Amino acid sequence: MGIQSKDLINLDDLSKAEIEEVLTKAREMRMILAKEDKKHPVLKGRSVINLFYENSTRTRSSFEIAGKYLGADVINITASSSSVTKGESLKDTARTLDQMAPDIIVMRHKASGAHEIVAKNVKARVINAGDGTHQHPSQGLLDLLTILTHKGTINGLKVAIIGDILHSRVARSDIWGLKTFGADVWLCAPPTLLPAKVEQLGAKVTYHMEEALNDADVIIMLRIQLERQKNGLFPSVREYAALYGLNNKKLSIAKPDVLVMHPGPINRGVEISSEVADGMASVIEEQVNNGVAVRMALLEIMGGIGK
Amino acid sequence: MILLKNAFVVDPAQQLEGVCDILIDHEKIVAVGENLSAEQAQIVDLTGKILLPGLIDMHVHLRDPGQEYKEDILSGTRAAAHGGFTSIVSMPNTQPPVDHEAIVQSIISRSRAYGYADVYPAACITKGQKGEEITEMGLLHKQGVIAFTDDGKGVAHAGVMRKAMDYSRIFGGVLISHCEDKDLLGEGVMNEGIVSTELGLAGIPNAVEDLMISRDLMLAKLTNSRLHIAHLSTKSGLAMIKAAKDDGVSVTTEVTPHHLFLTEENVRGYDTNTKVNPPLRTQEDCQALIEGLINGDIDCIVTDHAPHAREDKEVEYDYAAFGISGLETSLPLVWTNLYLSGKMTLSQLVTVMSRRPAEILGLDKGTLKVGSMADITIVDPIVEKIVDSKEFASKGINTPFNGLLLKGWPDKVYKAGRLVVDGGRLVEWEGNAWI
Repeated sequence: MGIQSKDLINLDDLSKAEIEEVLTKAREMRMILAKEDKKHPVLKGRSVINLFYENSTRTRSSFEIAGKYLGADVINITASSSSVTKGESLKDTARTLDQMAPDIIVMRHKASGAHEIVAKNVKARVINAGDGTHQHPSQGLLDLLTILTHKGTINGLKVAIIGDILHSRVARSDIWGLKTFGADVWLCAPPTLLPAKVEQLGAKVTYHMEEALNDADVIIMLRIQLERQKNGLFPSVREYAALYGLNNKKLSIAKPDVLVMHPGPINRGVEISSEVADGMASVIEEQVNNGVAVRMALLEIMGGIGK
Repeated sequence: MILLKNAFVVDPAQQLEGVCDILIDHEKIVAVGENLSAEQAQIVDLTGKILLPGLIDMHVHLRDPGQEYKEDILSGTRAAAHGGFTSIVSMPNTQPPVDHEAIVQSIISRSRAYGYADVYPAACITKGQKGEEITEMGLLHKQGVIAFTDDGKGVAHAGVMRKAMDYSRIFGGVLISHCEDKDLLGEGVMNEGIVSTELGLAGIPNAVEDLMISRDLMLAKLTNSRLHIAHLSTKSGLAMIKAAKDDGVSVTTEVTPHHLFLTEENVRGYDTNTKVNPPLRTQEDCQALIEGLINGDIDCIVTDHAPHAREDKEVEYDYAAFGISGLETSLPLVWTNLYLSGKMTLSQLVTVMSRRPAEILGLDKGTLKVGSMADITIVDPIVEKIVDSKEFASKGINTPFNGLLLKGWPDKVYKAGRLVVDGGRLVEWEGNAWI
């Protein structure tokens, strides 16, 4: 069936059926990842450019290794080594890369909506690997896969997303994906870290962590950038950890079989304690594995034969 | 002499709305009436056309001096004429800013030499637009400055604004306030609301504007001076201005076509041509502004013409320059959306686009009375055209209105009795200083 939209910029570019197709394919990919010989060369002769304008370890290496397992030629362009430092516009960079005939461009950028500029100027399909505080659709997909793996369904689950919602592209993709699959989504943050009118996205909002955690099936903790404190969005790291950090005591309010997730990288002792991050409920490392599987699925569906 | 015959003439200043003739001698209107005749006059038959006093836009960025790659006095005044405007007020946030008589003289003399539109340069309220010390307002006023503003940013300190208002009473100049609280603005690039949340763009709440509107209304009352609030975009700001007017404060205000006809929804897709300051607001704000304009609480329409080069706009939304190139779409937008839709009469249109701006600025313009300068804008009401910024005379093609089908395009424009637009196209003439 494939993916109708040329580009994957927002998770809502995909229909529910398309998301299900990606997740089904990702489950196959997970089997491949478990094998000794992980080469599954369906993208032989295809090329993927990882265009990263923002530092990234896990997402960039996840897309890179996904492409390599599938047999594609993958190259990485990072901001520090690219024409960006020479002042080339994103539009010109896009047109230049287009002439190199890539099949897929995976891109991360610190400005929301930057992908629209690239998508309009290249024939390649563009996959958003995170744009500013807008969206991170592959993270949304891997979070759905992780929850489905453990819970079998998302419909009716209480999912609490806790932390810096204001600056989180993960939250914006997660909220949409989770709502599409029928979850009861709760957002929890201090009011200074919540975007305007966020309740209109169809999620419940609370400033009190206990309310978000009560009977939760899934907890998604978000990374807090310590520089937000300098901008006066919360008074101190100590207070943030006390009010919005997840520890074992708070975790006990949630359901006994609760899943704890985090897009990483984690700030141990700030938004999540080590005992929780490394504890029984945590599936944080599994998310990384699912991330590779989801990205392999996306690359095959969007870049493969009959794309 | 030129005799304009059989046009439908609209001039609220003399309660005129009907078919009549206008006789022009050199730069002046010398007769207005039915069945005029004059020997040796060139006769222009305008049957079926609608004739208005030349439009006045009291908020235009000409970018000259300093950013001539975005616009210069020639391209900007040609854009004005092409859009039906015969007089404009240029904003002083140039490089260097207009805070000295020499820059004022240069702008006035160059625009006169080109002859497409009269330019009235506004000067800065504070030296270098730094918000610290007031400019030599008295000397600038003697040089022809009729308005003062730090447009592009607000005057951050209430004490400085108070001094400027007090001082401006010497000569009665109007202070135009760009209302924006910089601290609350933060990194905002669009209206704060559900759309900014979905798009992940930093928001600008109404309060950024309303805070300074509120402050300046209080200061205008305190100092008993003439205040004009620039580019109003919020329903809440309008309510405060209306209350101040009712309270006897000498305040006027303006609104742009983009704040009347576009909302934050237009930002979806990240088209940087929708990035403007103040930002495009909500449907609720638009409705309130349209009502305010119709009932007179808002005095006039301006374009806030803010031309930018392609490279300033063809970048990420966060990095794009704020502003819309507006001179060449304003009249058809207002004509189509307010007059043809039945919300406004032609007299009201002339009032908000010509007569009131003249009154606010203290100019003897905005009317076709005998003895007036022959500044005239003529519309062919039949013509329907799609907005295409490639046809702009402005260097700035940054418009969010491309592709819109509109009526009300200027067909002919006379500036001081000289035909500067004919058949919707700019007239070129020999001996012009720039050819």
